[in-house]
Amino acid sequence: MGKVLVFAEHTNGKLKRSSIELIQAAAKSGNTVVAVAFGAHAADVTAAMGHNGANEAHIVKDAALDAYNPESFTANIVAIINKVQPSIVLASASSTGKDLFPRVAARLNTGVASDCTELKISGDNVTAVKPMYSGKAFATVNFENSPIKIVLMRANQLPVEAADTAKTANVVEHAAAATDLKTLIKEIVKGASEKLDLTEANIIVSGGRGLKEAGNFKMLNDLADVLGATVGASRAVVDAGWVGHGMQVGQTGKTVAPTLYIAVGISGAIQHLAGMSGSKVIVAINNDANAPIFQKATYGIVGDAFDIVPKLTEEFKKALHH
Amino acid sequence: MKIFVCIKQVPDTETKIKISPDQTGIEAAGIKWVMNPYDEYAVEEANKLRDANPGSQVWVLSVGPKARVVESLRTALAMGSDEAIVVNAEGLDSFATAKALAEVIKAEGGAKVIFSGKLAIDDNASSVSQMMAEFLGVPHTTVVSKFAFTPESVTVERDIEGGAKEVVQMMTPAVVAANKGLNMPRYASLPGIMKAKKKTIKEIEFASLNIPATDIKVKYSGMTLPAEKPAVKMISGDAAAQASELVKLLRDEAKVL
Repeated sequence: MGKVLVFAEHTNGKLKRSSIELIQAAAKSGNTVVAVAFGAHAADVTAAMGHNGANEAHIVKDAALDAYNPESFTANIVAIINKVQPSIVLASASSTGKDLFPRVAARLNTGVASDCTELKISGDNVTAVKPMYSGKAFATVNFENSPIKIVLMRANQLPVEAADTAKTANVVEHAAAATDLKTLIKEIVKGASEKLDLTEANIIVSGGRGLKEAGNFKMLNDLADVLGATVGASRAVVDAGWVGHGMQVGQTGKTVAPTLYIAVGISGAIQHLAGMSGSKVIVAINNDANAPIFQKATYGIVGDAFDIVPKLTEEFKKALHH
Repeated sequence: MKIFVCIKQVPDTETKIKISPDQTGIEAAGIKWVMNPYDEYAVEEANKLRDANPGSQVWVLSVGPKARVVESLRTALAMGSDEAIVVNAEGLDSFATAKALAEVIKAEGGAKVIFSGKLAIDDNASSVSQMMAEFLGVPHTTVVSKFAFTPESVTVERDIEGGAKEVVQMMTPAVVAANKGLNMPRYASLPGIMKAKKKTIKEIEFASLNIPATDIKVKYSGMTLPAEKPAVKMISGDAAAQASELVKLLRDEAKVL
């Protein structure tokens, strides 16, 4: 058996669910699991790493690594990979993962499989499946000439079981790697939403042109609040300026894979379907029975969103509070 | 100054996909090919940067089968790019493509800024610009929706999770991968199209770049179409009945609540 290194992301010392998915998947493979975290709060996640199955928790406890910088993160993760010598590296296909690991792969002269939705680890070998052509096909990624196989997984693709607080990881602390930076992160401008990002959300309520005007998104926000959901949007309403581009689901927006996707007043252009077809259960609410969204939906309601959504919010309130 | 834009030709979104018999790719016949949508933002930003800095030139560069890829290069020329280069190659992955792009940019004397799209909509890998930056030894930022230039550095805004943005400053030369929102790409004008038709596109054979076969790190196999979805279950009744039925189904049948 070899070693699997998991790059763990956390928010101020709380492990992200997507990273827990990866640590647990690595632990199930029977390999030695080495989880790695950066930043001033890195020590706060070592316990959770152990509870979820990591054998070793490697940290670089440096406030300079609190914010993502491609150059310093590349230098630090490469230094640890060179010390640990894993055969497999797992990371989330998050904004950090997707930006960082191609650069890491180039430096290590190895391959990376990005944006994967299935993962199978068998000894030193890993098989990953990823959507191609905007979800119109799926392909198996085979590594060649790759001493280390790097796989970036979409969030919410792997099961998470309860953590075992009896399990612990050996903590290994590393000094930060010295780097001559050409990149400076000057500022981080917080987003309007404190909710989970669309790419990580387990439930998404999405609105389209059928909502008629920007103000009517309030109705979706109310529904989302009851469900603990994140609100998304179609390209048409983003282009109309009703909501920001960060909320766009689709080919030129975000690719999402929630357990439940509720599309309200979205007709279902092919570019939108490309972004959300990975959702497990899809509910479509539209007044046009011929809207293409119904071909992708699990459950369909033909009707007026302004009648149905407030009633739905009430029903969910009842169902979830009993 | 020299500005490079790396573009990729991809199947149009509306095109129907047919898997090739060996399941390693798709049937090329009958596909409508277009410039990757994100690359249009890259071309536009390069043009704007050139226009604001007299004496600058925009070089557009693509790796792929030259017989068809030249079409997308001509589109970029028609949008206003000055020169175009095609690296004739087939069956490369992100790693070998990034190597080829970096080698050509080096051979052409380097660039002050190199633009690309944040990802290509065919393989959705979002890897080439970062790998190319590494091979060139320069900084990079991906998912960029705002760009400002001074001769020593560029300042960009990068879209991250939760609608948040990072303001990033990079020393030049630098690689910038464009997101939607960066600009409004201009349409190719008729005079632009006529001019683009007459331009010579420089052709480079991939084999002449001396990139080893071991620089292909990833290959695809077992490509399949997604499983057929079961037919939609339509919920009837008035709004109140529909709402309560849907919640029941989500809880008891789909078990997602």
